[in-house]
Amino acid sequence: MTITFAREEIQQTIKMIHEENLDIRTITMGISLLDCGSEDIRRMEQKVYDKIVKNAGKLVQVGEQISARYGIPIINKRVSVTPIAIAAAHLDTEEMVRIAKALNRAAREVGINFIGGFSALVQKGFTVGDLALIEAIPQALSETEFVCSSVNIGTTKTGINMDAVLKMGQVILKCAQLTADQDGIAAAKLVVFCNAPEDNPFMAGAFHGVGEPECVINVGVSGPGVVAKVVKEFPEADFSELSNLIKQTSFKITRMGELIGRAASKALEVPFGIVDLSLAPTPAIGDSVAEILENMGLERCGTHGTTAALALLNDAVKKGGAMASSHVGGLSGAFIPVSEDAGMVRAVEEGALTLDKLEAMTCVCSVGLDMIALPGDVSAETISAIIADEAAIGMINKKTTAVRVIPAIGKKAGDRVEFGGLLGGAPVMAIHPFSSKVFVNRGGRIPAPLISLSN
Amino acid sequence: MTLSLEESNRAIITILGRDQTGIIAWVSGRLAEYRVNILDISQTIVDEFFTMIMVVDLNPATTGLVDLARILEQEGSDKGLQVKVQHEDIFTFMHRI
Repeated sequence: MTITFAREEIQQTIKMIHEENLDIRTITMGISLLDCGSEDIRRMEQKVYDKIVKNAGKLVQVGEQISARYGIPIINKRVSVTPIAIAAAHLDTEEMVRIAKALNRAAREVGINFIGGFSALVQKGFTVGDLALIEAIPQALSETEFVCSSVNIGTTKTGINMDAVLKMGQVILKCAQLTADQDGIAAAKLVVFCNAPEDNPFMAGAFHGVGEPECVINVGVSGPGVVAKVVKEFPEADFSELSNLIKQTSFKITRMGELIGRAASKALEVPFGIVDLSLAPTPAIGDSVAEILENMGLERCGTHGTTAALALLNDAVKKGGAMASSHVGGLSGAFIPVSEDAGMVRAVEEGALTLDKLEAMTCVCSVGLDMIALPGDVSAETISAIIADEAAIGMINKKTTAVRVIPAIGKKAGDRVEFGGLLGGAPVMAIHPFSSKVFVNRGGRIPAPLISLSN
Repeated sequence: MTLSLEESNRAIITILGRDQTGIIAWVSGRLAEYRVNILDISQTIVDEFFTMIMVVDLNPATTGLVDLARILEQEGSDKGLQVKVQHEDIFTFMHRI
């Protein structure tokens, strides 16, 4: 028996983990709540709580064991559930809030850091349950700690439900107002989607789609720091070489997700769903997507050339990652959340990165306008118009887009908000002063585009 | 090579730190105590910086990988050494197709 690895290979792996912030961002267990319905709200709360605790009871412990066995950090252990507007379609708004609190209690009991699925899919219209849930979101998110919510308001196949877009502008503003003393944290736990994936392990948008099995393990990897390092090491590389370097690195990162997913699936006796090969930044220095773009040769993220750099990065990450895993899913692309990325924050502070440029960047990456603080006097209609723009990009380009913006109540552009932890902090970004009120109040649906007629 | 995922019970031990006498004696002594079999060992010193990579078999061992890792990392840290014990699959998955 000889050492089957080159010394350099072993040292590279260790360096990636310890110096370049390579980690497994999340192991997310998806749990179906479709069998938890009950006319009796107390009975239903108990069934929901029991089912989560029964399935996810060992999730945190198993995650920690696997992390120790392979010597790689696993940052988050999370649970996603069937969209509550479907699983609890018969409940009223007050009862929806009670279910959110039951989810929160279950999350606390099993020791996870987020539970996603306080969600509704309303791309073509509302059911009674959808309306009750959307109405309940501000109270549910401001009175719970771990619950995350998402609402899908459009798809390429169905078009955009503009009544839902209008409503979500109001809901986001209400979330921020109810938690104004915590810089609007409730809005940071709410995301509005177009083309939402049903197997996404990342928060705040994770939910367990109705096409999913009873219970499933999905894994999200990270690793912007590793990519930033390799890009920095080869300043002379032309674009073909650069793309290859990123592909190779992405392959290695995604393999870690595949390994941890298989190990978790085996230990928990739950099927392994997908690896989400997204590049997910954290506020830590050296774990930034903006830094990758700057290492490619841009003086600051957000300047001319940023969209092209991001397009190359996103494509190379997918090409490298796709080969590394049996099943790739979820969002799978580079994330550009502002508050969670120290490089993005700096670019905004220095005036290099604006909301309009971020919107352009979302055309070529995953996911959308993410973790962006807006001035506190922003109107609900303006938020709705921002959502409509993002949804249009997703609908036409057959991709997922999302909006997670946080109105910073009492603050104006240039002021700072702090969410803490992985959510980070950010400067409030300027918005256009002109009104979109008449437009978003037209009502109805934006029809599905011609490209949806693919049959 | 197949991607074993826990079929094997081999681990890679790496030690990094300033060179000092008795590093190999310490680690091999502790491994013998726990009946961990050393399969291969490679060691170099560059500018007084000690690097060791060891492949071990935990099949005959009286302790598990996670406990062994905790003990060696703690004792190594007391000697100013960075010690890691990782199941070989993390390297297999990353570097072998």
